[in-house]
Amino acid sequence: MQNLRESKSLIGWLMVSPLALVLGVFLVLPIIMITIVSFWQATEFSIIPAFEFDNYEFLFGSPVTYTVFLNTFKYAIITWVFTFLIGFTVAYYLAFHIHSLTWQVALFLLCTIPFWTSNIIRMISWIPFLGRNGIANTTLISWGVIDEPLEWLLFSDFSVVLAFVHLYTLFMVVPIFNTMMRIDKSLIEAARDGGANGAQILWNVILPLTKPGIMIGTIFVVTLVMGDFFTVRIMSGSQSANVGRLISNDIALLQYPSASATAIVLLLTVLIVIGILLRFVDIRKEL
Amino acid sequence: MEPRPRSFYVLTAFFALFILFLYGPTLTIGILSFQGPGGGLTFPMRGVSLYWFFDLFEQQAVGDIWGSFRRSLALGFMVMVTTIVVSVMGGLAFRKRFPGSTILFYLIITALVIPSILISLGVGLLFNQAGINVHWSTSGFGAQLTWTLPFGLLIMFAVFNRFDKSYEEAARDQGATAWQTIRYVVLPIIAPSLIGVALFGFTLSYDEFARTLLTSGSKNTLPLEIYGMTTNVTSPVLYALGTLTTVFSLLVIGFFLGVAVWMNRRRASKGSDAGKGLV
Repeated sequence: MQNLRESKSLIGWLMVSPLALVLGVFLVLPIIMITIVSFWQATEFSIIPAFEFDNYEFLFGSPVTYTVFLNTFKYAIITWVFTFLIGFTVAYYLAFHIHSLTWQVALFLLCTIPFWTSNIIRMISWIPFLGRNGIANTTLISWGVIDEPLEWLLFSDFSVVLAFVHLYTLFMVVPIFNTMMRIDKSLIEAARDGGANGAQILWNVILPLTKPGIMIGTIFVVTLVMGDFFTVRIMSGSQSANVGRLISNDIALLQYPSASATAIVLLLTVLIVIGILLRFVDIRKEL
Repeated sequence: MEPRPRSFYVLTAFFALFILFLYGPTLTIGILSFQGPGGGLTFPMRGVSLYWFFDLFEQQAVGDIWGSFRRSLALGFMVMVTTIVVSVMGGLAFRKRFPGSTILFYLIITALVIPSILISLGVGLLFNQAGINVHWSTSGFGAQLTWTLPFGLLIMFAVFNRFDKSYEEAARDQGATAWQTIRYVVLPIIAPSLIGVALFGFTLSYDEFARTLLTSGSKNTLPLEIYGMTTNVTSPVLYALGTLTTVFSLLVIGFFLGVAVWMNRRRASKGSDAGKGLV
């Protein structure tokens, strides 16, 4: 019996060994490497092994850090609100208002196809819309809504959040739709028979049962927005910053130790946020 | 059929707006990429031409478009095949708990949620300190796998959670070996979901950018080439490239969906009626 169990574990280990190898070399070792380098010293030309807290002291001593972290949270929260509202509505429509499975699959695919195309191209696509002479401004002017072109449409917080919502709403739609499809329809009928109206069913039956999907979607959206560095750069025209940009700026200046220190703080922040979110959902059960 | 409630029409309108929001911008640059030679980055169209598409292939200043496309394509295939193989093996292994499975599971989740720039930076530093040159086919390949494998594995976990084990037991009762059971029973049953894994593996790699940024070395992949262009190219040639690569992505997606539909049809027509209670 002992032998049998051991050989079963052995087969399990053999089967996951390629996976463990990839994650070990390209996930665990890099994180260790970043942690080590975050204690190193940097000169203008090279990085020197050391063990000092200068990078962290500088990071926590600088007011810029706090502004940038606040900004990152701001983007994450605003984006979350919009992706949740839109994603929930779309998933609800697909799961409860479309009755034919073929149509459900077709419309669901229509929602997910952009996910498999290039993020950068999808971002750039907003430029002809939002620019000074873009479609939004010319339309609003021709309708007489505004006299002057709106300056804040492109290269602003507005365009950054718009791009985030555009890119990441799918990450809300998919898990929420997935959980909604598994809700037993008889529960809703029971609620209706019990005299609940549409709003009450939505609030007291569907929303609580959809919570796991919402949590998974939230984890995706929040981590993607918090870890982003190029959406903010492209869509804000380099005018605002988040933590990701702070790191990529340091990298561009070859300041790897300071980039590493910021990266470690970012990673810890993200992990704490996810740790809190995971208290509300058991991912392994929800697949 | 009972009449649709009013909320149905409101939500349909909302859904239509959402689809417009998703596709509108991409369609716009699709149209704008056919600008005349004098056209700018936004409307009005100054004539209709293929000028910017030709420009894309002639002008060397834009960079090595074809080279980067070929690299992205090759890398996409490498990542796709590896993702399928590793995900299936991982999915099979994770059906039973084994020592270390919980840690590995959390590593998979970490790979999914870790900010991409950390992978880029970490792998770059690791190769640098180990004295190995970064290259898209080694460090870039591995960095992309940390993004595609979690998706492949999550799909496999979902598939095996719904897998009816009695098929395997039946095969074993008939005297099939473990390998025969997998080869002739399990794999054919999960084959359609592997199309999904392949689609994720290829497209996520083909468009991957953040994790490849510091790990691809001196030769760019296509998304890196495009990223470089966003900062210094201000003509519709950028849209032409965007349109071409989006069309290519759509063809790839269409191909995978087509194969999935074909497999389902084939299964429906060739499947046996066993277990359906038909005599």
